[in-house]
Amino acid sequence: MSISHEFDYRRPGSLEEAHELLREAGDGAALLAGGTDLVAWLRDGVVLPSLVVDLKGVPGLGEIVESGGSISLGALVTFADAIDSEVIRGRLPLIWEMARVMGSTGIRNRATISGNICSGVPSCDSGPVLLVLEAVVRVSAPGGEREAPINDWFKGPKKTDLRSGEIVVGLSIDAPGEGHGACYVKLRRNRGEDLAQAGVAVLALPDMSYRVAFGAVAPTPVRARRIESCLAGRHMDDAALVEAVGLVTEETSPIGDIRASLEYREHMLPVMLTRALRAAAARRDGDGPAYGTSLI
Amino acid sequence: MKREITLNVNGEEWTVAVAPNETLLEVLRDRVGIKSPKIGCERGDCGSCTVILDGKTVRSCLVLAVEADGHGVLTVEGLSRDGITGLQQAFLDKNSFQCGFCAPGVILTASELLAKNPHPSEHEVKEALAGNLCRCTGYTPIIDAVLEVAERGGVEDDG
Repeated sequence: MSISHEFDYRRPGSLEEAHELLREAGDGAALLAGGTDLVAWLRDGVVLPSLVVDLKGVPGLGEIVESGGSISLGALVTFADAIDSEVIRGRLPLIWEMARVMGSTGIRNRATISGNICSGVPSCDSGPVLLVLEAVVRVSAPGGEREAPINDWFKGPKKTDLRSGEIVVGLSIDAPGEGHGACYVKLRRNRGEDLAQAGVAVLALPDMSYRVAFGAVAPTPVRARRIESCLAGRHMDDAALVEAVGLVTEETSPIGDIRASLEYREHMLPVMLTRALRAAAARRDGDGPAYGTSLI
Repeated sequence: MKREITLNVNGEEWTVAVAPNETLLEVLRDRVGIKSPKIGCERGDCGSCTVILDGKTVRSCLVLAVEADGHGVLTVEGLSRDGITGLQQAFLDKNSFQCGFCAPGVILTASELLAKNPHPSEHEVKEALAGNLCRCTGYTPIIDAVLEVAERGGVEDDG
């Protein structure tokens, strides 16, 4: 099926030019990075822009830069770029682990991490991972740049904090440093490519605090603050795990859909959380499974 | 709102007038006459429309033709212009394909894998090919063929 909707296409050579185009097109503009969501949505007719603004002509957005303790991922950094990056693998292994289970080779070569959070679907793999890393979304607005905390980014299914006329130019993440452990567990219908039926991200910090987030089991990716409070300062023993698992129903609101029934999601969340917590804590303590090992 | 774009397809320069809502897949098949990328799911799931764009496999159903302006596309037609590759011969030897609909995508994805990682493990082969769906073979003869090429030293002899 061809794309029946007609639109204009521009590939600006600078951010200024991109903002100019957005100003002219108003709410009729759609931003294009990797296109793996946008082109599918154009074909389905769920987005009907008058103008598609391709960011791939804007210089400098494709880089992964480490500066001090902070790592910056430009808006055009793809999942494949993240997998191939020594900086990501060494400093943000949670992103590396997540990127390897997002989509398939041909999707990872094109899809961008920033685009993933701009699409803002509840099952986006980047969501829970960036939530526990407390990433900052760098947004270029007509009047200048603003920094949007990822924890306030997701407003609803496909709804984000990105406002009219704004462009995401990248993500900034403070690396959790040596001695942290992390884990992303993704449940899917097959080992190859699938959207998440459920996702759990855990960050275990050297001070024995934890950050936990879920994907695909609420209208947006969600941070699990009650679980974090319950686990703060504790070793990941059976008692801690039982208490954490007991809070899952308070932190999530899964539904049944074409990818998984409600009952299946409810059954699997405690299993996934337990394994993710154990693996993240063990990785912090230096004896966990290698990053990238499938835990489910 | 058609505009002229220039594509390098399998080493040949093509100038084509396209509308912004035409996909790379449609332009390759209907204008350039390259038929190996197949129209399958048209939503990026099946992998049958795979082409290599600037050295990386992409879903040509999810790329607008205008995005590819000035870029290089490689398909199976270009890959085997000077005869089939060692990988393709291994697929033949193992009877890897039945209907053949997935074959171009599988060949390109496996070629990309072997170029990047000449000696992949079975797990790595399965991971790389996970986005190329085959409904005939159960994948075993496909994976066997890629592993055979990997064992005899990758794709150096593929020219």
